[in-house]
Order: sequence, then C-alpha cells, then structure tokens
Amino acid sequence: MSISLRNVRKDYDSQTEVLKDVSADVQTGEFFVIVGPSGCGKSTLLRMIAGLTPITDGDVLINDKVVNDLPPKARKLTMVFQNYALYPFQTVWDNVAFGLKARKLNQSDIQHRVDHALEMVNLTEFSKRKPRELSGGQRQRVALARAVASDAEICLMDEPLSNLDAQLRIKMRQEIYNLQRKLGLTLIYVTHDQVEAMTMADHIMVLNDQHVQQIGTPSDIYQHPANEFVAQFFGTPQINILPAKRSSENDHLLTIASDDIEIALNEAVPVAELRVGVRPDQLRVSRTDSVESNAVVKNTEFLGDETIVYATLNSGDNIRAVISGQVSFRAYEPIKVTIGSNLLFFNNQGQRIALSKEEVVHA
Amino acid sequence: MLKSPATHSSTTPLASNDETSKATKSRSDFWLNAKDKYYAWIFLGPSLLILGVFIFYPMLKTLYLSLFLTNTVGKPTVFVGLANYINLLTSADYLNSLAVTMVYVLAVTAITIVLGLVLANFASKQLAGIGIFRTLFSATMGVSVSVAAIFWLFIFNPSTGFLSLVSTWLHLPQIGWLTDPTWAMVAVIITTVWMNLGFTFLILLGAMQSVPTTLYEAASIEGATPRYQLFHITIPMISPTLFFVSIITLIEGFKSFGLIDLMTKGGPTNATNMLVYRIYKDAFYSGNYAQASAESLILTVIIAIFTLIQFKVLEKRVNY
Repeated sequence: MSISLRNVRKDYDSQTEVLKDVSADVQTGEFFVIVGPSGCGKSTLLRMIAGLTPITDGDVLINDKVVNDLPPKARKLTMVFQNYALYPFQTVWDNVAFGLKARKLNQSDIQHRVDHALEMVNLTEFSKRKPRELSGGQRQRVALARAVASDAEICLMDEPLSNLDAQLRIKMRQEIYNLQRKLGLTLIYVTHDQVEAMTMADHIMVLNDQHVQQIGTPSDIYQHPANEFVAQFFGTPQINILPAKRSSENDHLLTIASDDIEIALNEAVPVAELRVGVRPDQLRVSRTDSVESNAVVKNTEFLGDETIVYATLNSGDNIRAVISGQVSFRAYEPIKVTIGSNLLFFNNQGQRIALSKEEVVHA
Repeated sequence: MLKSPATHSSTTPLASNDETSKATKSRSDFWLNAKDKYYAWIFLGPSLLILGVFIFYPMLKTLYLSLFLTNTVGKPTVFVGLANYINLLTSADYLNSLAVTMVYVLAVTAITIVLGLVLANFASKQLAGIGIFRTLFSATMGVSVSVAAIFWLFIFNPSTGFLSLVSTWLHLPQIGWLTDPTWAMVAVIITTVWMNLGFTFLILLGAMQSVPTTLYEAASIEGATPRYQLFHITIPMISPTLFFVSIITLIEGFKSFGLIDLMTKGGPTNATNMLVYRIYKDAFYSGNYAQASAESLILTVIIAIFTLIQFKVLEKRVNY
C-alpha cells in the first residue's frame, strides 16, 4: 500500500496556514518518518492522511486512488496515538479486539487475531489486565497490538514514544522497527526526535515553518542537508554555523568568523559572503599560548569516550567541538581551533551551496 | 455520646499511619495532649452544634415521636411501640402512596437520564452555534419549582392550555391532564423531568467533554460507527457521572414536594399523593405527628435501601 501527497495544503479559517504545498511519495513497506520541531504541522499532516482532519487543498492518494473525501475507516489504516488511546474500562484483550468487534468480525476470527497480535508484542500473559495496571511501555505495546490485529497494511504513528523514559524509548524503538519489518507495514511515523528519525527511517521528511525542508534517506539528510535548518536539526551536538568571506586577494581562500580561521578550497569560492557549516567532530582543538590562539574555552562536557568542548572564537562566535577521549581544558584557557575536511556551505538565505568537488579543503 | 466518634475519627488515621516518623508521632501527641484536646473541641464545636440542633436532634425526636401517639400540638401521649408502623404498612391508602411514589421516582429517574444523555450527546458535538443549544438545554437549572409549576399549569390548562389547543387543532380527544388520575401522574412526571433535565444535561455534558478525543479518533479509524462509539466509549467512560446523577435524581424524586403541592395537591383521588406530600398533610393538616414521624423514618429507610442497591448493582458496572 503506497501513499502519495500531492501539493497538500492546510489552513484554518482560510487564514492560519499550517502546511503549504507538501508533496511526498511513500512506497509500500517503507518506514517513513516525518520530523520537525513542535508546531511545524507534522501531526496535522498525519491526521490528514488518516482522514481525521480535512485537507484544504491538494490530494492524498492511497494506492494511487485519491482518498480526500473518504472517512477514516474506509482508508484501511491504523493509527497509534501519543497517549495510546486505550479504553481504561476494558482489559488488554478487549482493547485489542475493540476495532474488530466494532467491525463485527466473527468470534473465532477475532480470537485468533487478538491472540496473535498479543503474542507479537509479548503481552499474552497480560491479556486480562486493565490498562492502568500496566507500565508505560506495556500500554504502548497494547496500542501496537491493536495496530497489528487490525491487519491494515498502513500504520500511522503520532509521537508514540514521547511519553516513555529514555531507556524504554530505545527498547521500544527497536520493537517498533522489528514489527514494521516483520509485518511489512507501510509505516508513517511522526516525531520531533531526530535520533528516532535517523535510527528507524528508510526516508525522512523534514518539516519546518509550514514547508517541507527536505525528503531523503538518513545519511543523505545528514551529509547533504538542503539548508541550515536541516543541518542544525540533525546531529548532536549541533552543527557549527559560522559566517565566512571570500578573500579579496585569492578567490580560493576563505576566511571564517572574521579572520579567526582561514582555509583554502579546491575551487573558487562561488559567492563573496557565505556561511560555513562544520560538524563538531570536524573541528580540531589544540592547546596554545595566547598569541597563537583564536578562541577561549568556556566549558567542557566529558561523555566517556569523547569530550565536548564549548568555546568562543575571538570573533565572538560560539562553537562546539567533539574531541575523542578525555581532554582537560580549563575555562578561559586559550586554544587554537582548526577545521577538518568536511564542510557544508550555505548562502545568506540559508540554502546549501553544492560545490563540484566533495572534499573541499586543503588541510 | 458525641465525644467518641469525634475523637476516633481524628486519631485513628494518624495513629494507624505508622510508616513514619517524627511528624506523625508529634501530631498524635498533639491529639493526646489534654490541653490541646480542649482546642480540638473548640474547633469542632460550631459544626457539632449546628449538626446537633438541625440534624441529630430532629432525627432522634422523629424516632421518639414515631413510637407514641401524639396530641394535636405534637406532644407525645401514649407509648404504642411499633403500632404506628404496623398501621401504616397495612393501610391501603399508605401502600398506594408508596406505589405511586415508586412509579414516579423510577419513571423520573429513567426518563431524565435517557433524555439528558441524548441532549448531552447532541450538544457535545462541535457544531456552529452549539453554545446556544447548550445554554437552552441547561436553562431549566435556573427555574424555581414554583415558576415551573405555574408554567406547566398553563400548558396543562384544560381550556386555554397549549396542549389542549393542540388536541383541538388535531381533532384528538381532550386529555384531563390534571383531573384524570393516570394523566395527572404523567403530567407531574413530565414537569419533574423538565425541571431536572438542565442539571442532568450539564453534568453529563461536562463528563462527555472530558473523554479524550483520541479515543473517538482511534475508534473511528478502526471502523466504529457513532452509535457504537456512544455505547462502547461514551457511556462506559462517563459511567461514574451517570451513577452520580442517577442517585441524585432518585433521591430528589423521593423528596418531591413543592411541585405536587402546587400542581395536584396529591390528587386526583390520591393518584399523586407522594410520600413526602403525605407526611406534610398528616403532620400539618391532620395534626397526626406520630404517624408523620413514622412515615418519615420509613422514607429514610427506603431511600437508604435504594442507594445501597444502586451502589451494589451499579458499582460493578462503573469504571472509576
């Protein structure tokens, strides 16, 4: 079951626009993640696919058929909600059976499908319990079992893990991923968590500011972000974005953050003013005396196998650098910051400028 | 006599809470300290006084009177034991009152709940102008019993009333709304339901709106029809409120007095002579205080039994 969005638009009262011109294709069996900060319209988009919210303009297609006017139940999909939407007065078993009973399937069929679904999510022994007698992760699994039991080939999930603690989130992430692979579900998954998006998705749609920023595979989005927003949204710690100028004497030469750092490119710098994106692991930091230094340390965070160094360049720009192992910089210590080979370039509108050669820097 | 329940209720929870420690201990010391006990009584005093004067004393006095014969000013004269009760429960007249009260109370409770549920279900939909309907549906809450009675007396009036006009217009036989024994009961039930509906509607609407919308969304995705959702989501989810409303309506029904007094005065031929109205007439018209006291106690027991039954039967079906 494939899903397509064609120029989908949504506004409320013909005024407040929440989504503009969203287009995407989701293939059968694909794990598709919609990610963006809160308020970007990602849940609205999911609800429009489900048929819970009417679309203002454009088309939603399921299996190449326009379903704009079909009610939710006719779209043959299931949805898992952030608060799980469990019926507190029913047992786990009855919760899973709810939709099947509503559709008046025969008793043995319901029995079989519910038992099978509970088995899939390892909840068989809890089937007689009420939702309030379950932990958060178990409740989440009941919601998953409901999706499994419905036999629909499309599953929509709206921030299903955000009510769980960090440990459980990692565990459930794997369970959802395994379930999706095992059942061959076409899964559209909404989250604000970039880690969830990166770890589970076949394709990611990044939404911000009512617009689709980029659609691509996780590695594509990380390595070739379409703009500064996408670059900043993915990767922890956040990417450093620094102002840069083409040198007036040599058009291969780039001065970054006033003239704190200088690099030479393999080709001419295409525009006079631009912004450079440097992942924290692409920054090198070394101890130096105050004459040679171009930055001072603010503080460091030791994470075990690596250390994050927060520093301020002489130009006043703040940077984050990830150094492997343990380094002991003190606050206000002068340091020398240099740049590795993988850089991203953005114009002043924040759009990425692609250069013809991948490795752009003379070390 | 009053001392023991008061001290018990204040010390037991503290004393039994022995999981900790200093705070609890010093607080139980507080209650054991003789001088502080004195303070406790000062604080409890006003409410005990008010309850004593207006609740405990009348209750005990009623019980006492019901075991005597009384003179016309309500003074007890001869101790007769349970004779008042035996007389009542063997009197066809009293049993009739009991029966009509049952019919009235059960009908009023059932119809109020069902109509309240239907109206609340309509009004819980997010539609344009729904606020107007919500206000209209709950408007009877602001109407006093006397106004309601007069209002409905106009409607039921045999010559100029709205219902009579409608019957004439449709060439239907005229109904003696307040003069026919059967229809008088119907008229009283209609008026009571109308009076109750505003409150019931508002409480049920509030309960319905607190049901998470995702439950309905999940159900509609899974193919549940609105009707299925009403019976399998809404009603179970608001069952504690339904339970509450049904008990309140039932008790209010048993206590119904003003409406009866204004509309039918218990008539015609005792067809609407409810228990409370009867107590009033026995005590203040006939001066039979002893019998009225016995009736009061029987009514108390009946209400208690009904409430217990509701708790037993409904509690199993209520989800808290």
